[in-house]
Amino acid sequence: MSKPKVLAYRREDGRVGIRNHVVILPLDDLSNAACEAVANNIQGCMAIPHAYGRLQFGEDLKLFFRTMIGTGSNPNVAAVVVIGIEPEWTNVIVEGIKRTGKPVTGFFIERTGDIGTVAKASWKAKEYVHWASELRREECDLSEVWVSVKCGESDTTSGLASNPTVGNAIDKLVAMGATCSFGETSEITGAEEVCKKRAASPEIGEQFMALFNEYNDFINAHKTDDLSGSQPTKGNIRGGLTTIEEKAFGNLQKIGKKSRYVGVLKPAETPAGPGLWFMDTSSAAGEAVTLWAAAGFVCHFFPTGQGNIIGNPIEPVIKLSANPLTVSTMSEHIDYDCSAILRGEMTLDEAGENLLDMMVRTCNGRLTSQEVLNHREFILTKLYRSA
Amino acid sequence: MIQFLIHEKSDTVGVAVVDIKTGEKAQGLFMDTEEKIEIIALQDIPLGHKIALCDLTLENSVVKYGHDIGRVVADIKAGEHVHIHNLKTRRW
Repeated sequence: MSKPKVLAYRREDGRVGIRNHVVILPLDDLSNAACEAVANNIQGCMAIPHAYGRLQFGEDLKLFFRTMIGTGSNPNVAAVVVIGIEPEWTNVIVEGIKRTGKPVTGFFIERTGDIGTVAKASWKAKEYVHWASELRREECDLSEVWVSVKCGESDTTSGLASNPTVGNAIDKLVAMGATCSFGETSEITGAEEVCKKRAASPEIGEQFMALFNEYNDFINAHKTDDLSGSQPTKGNIRGGLTTIEEKAFGNLQKIGKKSRYVGVLKPAETPAGPGLWFMDTSSAAGEAVTLWAAAGFVCHFFPTGQGNIIGNPIEPVIKLSANPLTVSTMSEHIDYDCSAILRGEMTLDEAGENLLDMMVRTCNGRLTSQEVLNHREFILTKLYRSA
Repeated sequence: MIQFLIHEKSDTVGVAVVDIKTGEKAQGLFMDTEEKIEIIALQDIPLGHKIALCDLTLENSVVKYGHDIGRVVADIKAGEHVHIHNLKTRRW
């Protein structure tokens, strides 16, 4: 079989992107207003406001910079304007993104004010939009498109159909030599021994288990009850899921039957090579997809049961569901309806093929439901309080 | 018509893929062996919720995906609804 091809953007560092965003990236909460003003002035660019970037320290600060630099460096982003309150941390982000070779410029507000900064940054954004709008898609291998997977508002139909559909597609992509990632550390609780055995080597399995135990210790240290009030979520329970163990075994269906993960990643860490990777992430959808986008993933598979509606500003989220109620009552959010599996009218293998077909269309330019509906959840993972 | 699916032969619960009403002779299918099973529903089982395939008593494990998904906290009869009122996590 010939290798599946897509039309995508080949970036300066060789990576492949499926979108062509010009991003206006705030260093900190204070700079959101200026970034949004630039995005209002200049058609074709996008501000990504967020809540943090001040007085963070230690590992939390490292994760913050990794996430911001990674977001600007993502191959779905053509060029970046960074705006911060002061020059030093602004330049940390600018220099980090510059390593990809893409155009990036920083502006800072102190000693200029918002109005002057917005004017200067708007000129630069206009230049970048003209430049990016003349970039052309070229033929790339589908396997060059990095894919992350995470489910949300799961129910029992997720474990029966939409998650194994993703798993089937992941097995096919990994066999092609693609780079893929799963995570959701806390939602593997109950299935952690099974997950450990899916590692490519016992050492990698131990690395996973160390991260899992660390997360579990953190939950045990902070919990006030058995977590049944939040994990499984109220939506999970309404959909028929009862315990975290049940949710975990359903969750793991997303990594397919054959693939073995070749390494474990810190939050927002870029994988060093192809294959399936485990990333240590929260199970909250907005936080997790933001971390994968920052690690360089450009396309996300999101199976849902009850109807999680999450999106991301730069990594398109392809949503699928097998729940007949969800696909009929929330159809505007669902890109691929795989409920035929539950009626016995479609095999998992056919469903996996169909999902890959939707991925190819998305890579070639079809906007996902989340993109059309303007869901741009950019949610930074905060490890602890700021100083 | 199949009304509930069971992931593996060793499972003690199935998942309703349509709303099942009390008293119905519900038809189930094991997804691994493709064997069929019939259970009389003793309670309404909404789409996506679990039906017990056998009697389960206090502290028994409920098995789904071939694995322990929690402990029984109130006796369950075959055909009853299995959810947060009679099944709890062993974790956290």
